[in-house]
Amino acid sequence: MTGAQALIKSLEMEGTEVMFGLPGGAILPVYDPLLESTIRHILVRHEQGAGHMAEGYAHATGRPGVAMVTSGPAATNIVTPLCDAMLDSIPLVVVTGQVPLSAIGSDAFQECDTTGITMPVTKHNWLIQSASDIPTVVREAFHVATTGRPGPVLVDIPKDVSNQTMDWYWPDAVDLPGFRAPQPPDPGLAREAARLILAAERPVIYAGGGILKARAAEALRRLAELTGIHVVTTLMARGAFPDDHPLALGMPGMHGNYTAVTAMQRADLLIALGSRFDDRVTGKVGAFAPGAKIIHVDIDPAELGKVRRPDVGIAADCRAAIEAITAAVEAELADTATIAPDRTEWNATLAGWQKTHPLAYDQEEDGPLKPQFCIEQLRDNTPDDTIVVSGVGQHQMWTSQYWKFNHPYTFVNSGGLGTMGFAVPAAIGAKVGKPDRMVWAVDGDGCFQMTAQELVTASAERVPIKVAILNNAYLGMVRQWQELFYKERYSEVYLSPDLPDYVKWAEAMGCVGLRVENPEDVAPTIEKANAIDDRPVVIDFRVDYREKVYPMVAAGTSNDDIILGPAEGEGGH
Amino acid sequence: MSVTHHILSVLVENKPAVLTRVTSLFSRRGFNIFSLAVSPTDDERFSRMTIVVDAESAPLEQVTRQLDKLINVVDIKELSEGQCVERELMLTTVRADVASRGQVTELAAIFEAKILDVGTDALTLMCAGTPDQLDAMEDLLRPFGITDLQRTGRIALPRIPRGSVPVRLAAVPESA
Repeated sequence: MTGAQALIKSLEMEGTEVMFGLPGGAILPVYDPLLESTIRHILVRHEQGAGHMAEGYAHATGRPGVAMVTSGPAATNIVTPLCDAMLDSIPLVVVTGQVPLSAIGSDAFQECDTTGITMPVTKHNWLIQSASDIPTVVREAFHVATTGRPGPVLVDIPKDVSNQTMDWYWPDAVDLPGFRAPQPPDPGLAREAARLILAAERPVIYAGGGILKARAAEALRRLAELTGIHVVTTLMARGAFPDDHPLALGMPGMHGNYTAVTAMQRADLLIALGSRFDDRVTGKVGAFAPGAKIIHVDIDPAELGKVRRPDVGIAADCRAAIEAITAAVEAELADTATIAPDRTEWNATLAGWQKTHPLAYDQEEDGPLKPQFCIEQLRDNTPDDTIVVSGVGQHQMWTSQYWKFNHPYTFVNSGGLGTMGFAVPAAIGAKVGKPDRMVWAVDGDGCFQMTAQELVTASAERVPIKVAILNNAYLGMVRQWQELFYKERYSEVYLSPDLPDYVKWAEAMGCVGLRVENPEDVAPTIEKANAIDDRPVVIDFRVDYREKVYPMVAAGTSNDDIILGPAEGEGGH
Repeated sequence: MSVTHHILSVLVENKPAVLTRVTSLFSRRGFNIFSLAVSPTDDERFSRMTIVVDAESAPLEQVTRQLDKLINVVDIKELSEGQCVERELMLTTVRADVASRGQVTELAAIFEAKILDVGTDALTLMCAGTPDQLDAMEDLLRPFGITDLQRTGRIALPRIPRGSVPVRLAAVPESA
């Protein structure tokens, strides 16, 4: 069998059902046996799209996303998705073609040092030296991508290696002496955590994306309900705890709601579960949750103490650790000597904040269309388990704020890297992975223009995603910062509402294109889009460019200095 | 060496680009390497890196935990002073004409340095010692005029616990 055949067979052995890619010179040998494979291949229009589709697929299904592209520019085009997956811990296996071994180092056509370039943005990468290594490397690649903290890996395969012949085998196990599987949680630490929890008067659970990676949403819910502790869900954890639960506080951080942000600031205990004290959550680190003791659970030991030193640090799988802590709390409670603290006052304080500081915007009947209104209408006119995919910027924050995420794996977005253009390809990947679910991309006009051509892929492959463009004719988040922090000196942020014409563009790409300019047309147009299932739909919502995302904690400031709305934003900021 | 330095003895798989992976991690995370020595071990599957880390650039715990995530890193030991034996090698070419040659060779003898090369007005010396000893020798040679100097960076191994016999020696059959 050839190396190319071995590669495809190895991918099949790993359970690959779908891969996203685009062929070219150095990967040509591998595309030939693909014709006989059971693997569905989605032909993208740009390699970045392949990477983000694989990410969206992994987000929605929990299985590793697979992408395959050629050497040189194709490999560099997929660096952004690799970095995105690295920061958001998405399991990804990317295969790249490489020039023949004999040509490596000669500046050959479409040669680039792919393993060198991708070293800092992968968990690990491999340059295959011999066809006989292929099954071993592919097995290792999937193991590394999905074991411990998930992440992207890359396998670079020179063209002559693909053409070599080898004797097929499938390794029984992986032999990686330096790669250790995560350890079970230490029962002693779980007990210490339980005691801190039972002693705390103002505890908050700070749930991060690790909950979703560990399939731990149900375990989290049991812990919260057992202890009666409120839960904030970070951008990467939206859906990990149902927003309609009485203990849900919603999103914390730079654009978090007042209650979530302030509850963390005033807490005497933060129970960080699969979260990493990201700067967008903590604001100024030195002023973050100053009175709180910290329980920190993370599968990656390097996260414990990286930003904030925990009082109890547990390096383990999130679900196993939460279950251990829950069991320890139950054991402590069974001991009649334990008196749980009275949290009536704290709970009343939180309820009071929720009442006095709700998220707010004002949609006037005849006024300009508000982006938040569009999101609320989308939320109310789609099934509860709709998968929502966003790009990066204002629309992403509004989506996180105003959607009600009641199920895990219903929100897909680029949190760590903040990759504009993520939404359209990631939505395609999510829909490919979950074809029976409705998938809506909520995108900005700036983001949409970065990767919209993948709608051609969606049309050609019959992947009927729906895209809501919140078109405010600006790079909205940048505009917001220039307005608030650069004295309204707008520099290079205007995009125009009708250049391009999004409806015509959508139609040219085989989609249905719709436009909404008035509040009363929002719901009917969404209904119309929902009824279309044979092709993608794009709605161009012409929204008010003046609308800003609030609340806001300005970069580098304390979460205590949260700006609630425009009135406070004027003057000093 | 200042007290803010730590010695890490890192066992890595002997595979292509492992050194790059390690140094790339250091630069990406903003950790500073003070010195670095790499060599094969007695087991051809592995190499050993002795990395002296500037601990002021990051807490040592962060450095080791991030390093440990590299797939090719098999084991990391911190070798604290007093609990390890360490040596460094220095080669240096010093001006030594007829008038000063005697003094230079005298200094070399004090530091148990070897003379590797002799010219009409210069000597090349080799000296193995602790980094402090090499610092001292360097200081004393400087007035004569150092024209070339190269140090390896330190290598280190943990001290053998008192009273125990190293496993490898004990494993040798008595007939051998």
